[in-house]
Amino acid sequence: MQAKISVVALSVAAAFALSACGQKEEPKPVAAPAAAPAAKPEVVVKLGHVAPMTGPQAHLGKDNENGARLAIEELNAKGLEIGGAKVKFELLGEDDQADPKQGSIVAQKLVDAKVNGVVGHLNSGTTIPASKLYSDAGIPQISGSATNPKYTQQGFKTAFRVMANDVQQGKVLGDFAVQQGVKTVAIVDDRTAYGQGLADEFKKSAQAAGLKVVANEYTNDKATDFKAILTKIKSTKADLVFYGGMDAQGGPMAKQMKELGIKAKFLGGDGVCTPEFMKLGGEATEGHYCSLPGVPLEKLAKGPEFKDKFVKKFGAEIQLYAPYVYDAVMVMADAMKRADSVDPAKYLAEIGKTNYDGLTAQVAFDEFGDLKGGAISIYQYKSGKLEYVSTLGGSPVAVAKAEVQEAVAEVKDAAKAVAGAATEAGKEAVKAGADAVKNAAEATKAAVEKK
Amino acid sequence: MDIFLQQIINGLVQGSIYALVALGYTMVYGIMGLINFAHGEVVMIGTLVTISVSSLLLNAGMPALFAAMGGLISAILVCMALGWGLERIAYRPLRNAPRLTPLITAIGMSIVLQNLAMIIWGRNYMTFPPLLPKVDFEFAGANFTLIQVVIVLVSAVTMGGLLFLVYRTKLGMAMRATSQNPAVASLMGVNINRVIASAFVIGSALGAVAGVMVGTYYEIAHYQMGFILGLKAFTAAVLGGIGNLAGAMLGGILLGLIEALGAGYIGDLTGGFLGSHYQDIFAFVVLIVVLMFKPSGLFGEKTGDRA
Repeated sequence: MQAKISVVALSVAAAFALSACGQKEEPKPVAAPAAAPAAKPEVVVKLGHVAPMTGPQAHLGKDNENGARLAIEELNAKGLEIGGAKVKFELLGEDDQADPKQGSIVAQKLVDAKVNGVVGHLNSGTTIPASKLYSDAGIPQISGSATNPKYTQQGFKTAFRVMANDVQQGKVLGDFAVQQGVKTVAIVDDRTAYGQGLADEFKKSAQAAGLKVVANEYTNDKATDFKAILTKIKSTKADLVFYGGMDAQGGPMAKQMKELGIKAKFLGGDGVCTPEFMKLGGEATEGHYCSLPGVPLEKLAKGPEFKDKFVKKFGAEIQLYAPYVYDAVMVMADAMKRADSVDPAKYLAEIGKTNYDGLTAQVAFDEFGDLKGGAISIYQYKSGKLEYVSTLGGSPVAVAKAEVQEAVAEVKDAAKAVAGAATEAGKEAVKAGADAVKNAAEATKAAVEKK
Repeated sequence: MDIFLQQIINGLVQGSIYALVALGYTMVYGIMGLINFAHGEVVMIGTLVTISVSSLLLNAGMPALFAAMGGLISAILVCMALGWGLERIAYRPLRNAPRLTPLITAIGMSIVLQNLAMIIWGRNYMTFPPLLPKVDFEFAGANFTLIQVVIVLVSAVTMGGLLFLVYRTKLGMAMRATSQNPAVASLMGVNINRVIASAFVIGSALGAVAGVMVGTYYEIAHYQMGFILGLKAFTAAVLGGIGNLAGAMLGGILLGLIEALGAGYIGDLTGGFLGSHYQDIFAFVVLIVVLMFKPSGLFGEKTGDRA
């Protein structure tokens, strides 16, 4: 008997130790919010956050986590009440090392911990495999930084992102190339999910806009020598070299372009839009362009205020995605509030219906879980700094577009009603009137886009 | 034509680097019949040591040339010590073991060195300090830089020095004797332990030079950079006939040229069917074809089972 008791005690202790490993400072190991007794009107909502906290992207991971932490503190300070109970949010931070295998392991850990929602992961490569686990467990997931289109195209009801994806980014980059007066482009990608995906979208958009793709070259994400493919690109006399890949290759590539005397501009996506790119490329990066999803913080209504709060709280500058992660947490809390429940099964449906006035955008999702009308900003490398050039796409334009469409629809309806009673001539007149409205609407749209 | 010339220059520079690294493989193989898979990592350590030392010297206000020489010399010394240590720890105790055993320790040492470098220098990419002035040349429409010229020259001189050492000095004679038959050589009064250790030390010194060249050329370094470079150099050594010094040089330069021309022209030759991502495959197809007709490589000697 004695032995039996000690075995039980041991296993209990082991279970406790195990759960303690997974969750730091967890007072109640399983806080089933739905079953919260009425006498104790406080519910703990566990939000998982995953990003690389070690390795070369650790600074970005920490930045993301700080964004989530700030949001959670504000929510707790506000004292939300959901389902008649006071809600306390708790963050369960995990490290996926930017490694897809590790990403799935920690995702499973969060699923086992029965989190109410997940914010993250940071990288597309880790987010995509992990999203299957969350989907199977019915746990809503909002990423503030994974841009690969595949993440939301797998048909998972639980996958959302609060940032434009690479289809949108590729399109904007293509439009930007046209704006720059470019006629011919050479495209290079690194054959990774991200690089190839972005390059393909750019190619589609560039060709649709009438640009000529004069060269398609490839490298890999471990290469250091690009002279052979660049020499070939030189022979095509392309106006622009587009690179789909990361900064560790992009930087040396820009440098080797200069050494070979290539005069073409270099253009890339968010993977090369980093200080690291400028460090590796040196002065050869001067004057080239890159894009980042989102609008620069200074241009956002609540941006400067957020920046002050962030710097004051963490004593660190915002790196990249923290504002988006902040919004991801807020969107999740907003959906819980509207559903009046923190049960994933209940509030999941509300996330899809989100129309939240966030820090980074007016957050609303399309049927895939992608941000509607996500903005993309173009930057230029100037004397070792990223200088903001312009923002393309984004909510103001999307809103204007929606308004124009509504106006046109109204006119059409009116025309139909009138046409029912009117003569042929009357019909023609109404049609002409409708066309005029349509044209005016188009002009508005163009004006907004220009802005 | 200017494009063709440019690709030749690209290939020549890349090939010179391969050749320098390949010499390290081929020296060790020629004498002991062992493939020192950790050689790529020795090159990497050479690059990273140069970065640390020359940055230190530059920050102390030394002129760039002095910093470059300081970096180079300390890299050579560190790599020589490393080569000697490798031989002592991982290979000498296994000299009479079956052939596969030292191969495994070689791979093990390669992993150990990579992780050691990761601990010392971190996981981030490092930039190489600008040690050589940037001078651009243009010749018949092709561009090249001072660094590229220096790389080809340094490679040529180093290889020449190595040939002199092996064929004109007493140590070289001892090396050749050991390579032919270690047992008989030791009976003739050759201290084969010393000869083998010096092969490692010299090979590693060449690796350090190659590492400095790679670093100054690409101005970027990383703790995993040695792996791919080592693999390519090993391929070059096999292409030229592993164990043969002239073969390693020829193999290196050939591989560089094949890669550059492959990447540059494979698309046009196949009407766009194959792109530049096939450049490595192109290089390996050439290797396979050569080995089909000359199994011991271009300059390989018919040594039978023992190399």
